[in-house]
Amino acid sequence: MTLLTRIPGLTLKNPIMPASGCFGFGREYSELFDLNKLGAIIIKAATLESRYGNQTPRVAETSSGMLNAIGLQNPGVEAIIDNEVSFLANYDLPIIANVAGSTVEEYVAVTKAFTRTANIDAIELNISCPNVKEGGIQFGTDPTLAAEVTASVKQASKVPVYVKLSPNVSNITTMARAVESAGADGLSMINTLTGMQINLNSRRPLLANKTGGLSGPAIKPVAIRMIYEVRQQTSIPIIGMGGIMTAEDVLEFLLAGANAVAVGTANFHNPFVCPEIIEALPEVLAKYGFSSVEQAVGKGHEYGHKDLSRT
Amino acid sequence: MNKTSVTIISKKIIAKETIELTFHAEGYVNQISPGQFIHINVGNGSSNLLRRPISIADVDVDSQIVTIIFKIVGVGTDQLSRTEVGDKLDILLPCGSGYPINQLELDRALIIGGGIGVPPLYYLAKQLNKQGVAVTAVIGFQSKDYVFYESKFKELGNCHVVTDDGSYGFKGFVTDLLNDTPIDYDYFFSCGPTGMLKAVSTQLKNRNGYISIEQRMGCGVGACYACVVPTNDGTNGFKKICKDGPVFQANEVVLV
Repeated sequence: MTLLTRIPGLTLKNPIMPASGCFGFGREYSELFDLNKLGAIIIKAATLESRYGNQTPRVAETSSGMLNAIGLQNPGVEAIIDNEVSFLANYDLPIIANVAGSTVEEYVAVTKAFTRTANIDAIELNISCPNVKEGGIQFGTDPTLAAEVTASVKQASKVPVYVKLSPNVSNITTMARAVESAGADGLSMINTLTGMQINLNSRRPLLANKTGGLSGPAIKPVAIRMIYEVRQQTSIPIIGMGGIMTAEDVLEFLLAGANAVAVGTANFHNPFVCPEIIEALPEVLAKYGFSSVEQAVGKGHEYGHKDLSRT
Repeated sequence: MNKTSVTIISKKIIAKETIELTFHAEGYVNQISPGQFIHINVGNGSSNLLRRPISIADVDVDSQIVTIIFKIVGVGTDQLSRTEVGDKLDILLPCGSGYPINQLELDRALIIGGGIGVPPLYYLAKQLNKQGVAVTAVIGFQSKDYVFYESKFKELGNCHVVTDDGSYGFKGFVTDLLNDTPIDYDYFFSCGPTGMLKAVSTQLKNRNGYISIEQRMGCGVGACYACVVPTNDGTNGFKKICKDGPVFQANEVVLV
């Protein structure tokens, strides 16, 4: 059984990595378990300048999931490089830097800052944060803008670029094809679905930002469907995410066409979930007839109709 | 911080909608300082994904027993209230940073608690009392039905009970009693609703003190930035309530 996973820029001991924003910069979790167990780490989104983010409350629980509206709080890319990337460089752990911005110039500047350091192995281009007014979501919902920012960042980056897609679009494959044509090395999908919860007592949205991004098992079927569709229409690798809680969930993502996966909300439920999934994965792969991770990728497409009908 | 499974050994309704649970936490209790909390998984599988932070009300080092007290205020605490003696709880402990009483020099402490902010102050008062500090507690509740732990605080020193409607003890808010009753103290320690903490911090702004605040949390370990609070020093800084707090120096953070 081998969990080895190779995707552009990344040779992963296993296909499991914590998702951006759900693991900070790894520091807190490094006190709980050895980060070297992880396949990689996707660090919290960076912008050019520091951002405080939204007012609180920033999270709310939902059925089988949660809403968040943190608002890209981060100390700015230079502080992240100086204080956080330097810390993570002590580990045998590929680092994927999540790059956010509100203009093409900002995305490019953050990317350049990251790729000046030798310690970043790949960029995750965040064109899908739903929680800030000027946070790049317009790039994530318009294929022309998505292609434009992808091409610019790709030109500025010395490492492979994975574009993180928003599910808040009517046709995910159009977005995926647009960024693939613009030079994306891979895709990362899906980000959160925009949602809202209203408190009965206060008669107001519970989150201070009113809307937030829905994550957790509630969105897993959406993620699986979108990855399945995109796998049929693009050829670049996919880091899949959206509600993964167990090793069985990981296999489902692999079958849908993901090459590796990220675990997000589950870290809040169980801070040890990543190492636990990594430990359970070989047995689950074996149980369903696979002897490696790579063997399972895309195997959910072999039966049934070749193309999905589109509604 | 550790993740462990504990078994509930007692469950008591100690006031209206207010429940006290105890459990053995063998090997973990020596690490607990007053003001810290446990982060409880109240769901099963994919329901109630977010853990609930509940403050630690008491610790008995000899028997290795931890006491928590919570009020049923929502889905999570309702779920927790349905657990029974013998049930297992999946918890993270101890979480956050407590009251730094070992670093303080004091002879007299004023404890100011409001509602479900009272529990962590009990373990604090007990530890202060053990160190020879004279403790005066002022604890406020909505009404008589919600009052708890009066006699336990009385075992440790003076205790004034305040109710909003005057159905028990002094009528009004804790700050009204502080205006009305002169109390000598070196440090105050407060926990309760944000409105109360604001009023206390404002009224006692020239005194040394610590407050404990609550907020909806995500991870509970300092990674997700859900429960941040701005600092008061004009630097646009922030603190994470789950990791840097929930205890802060009074006026260190902006209460919102």
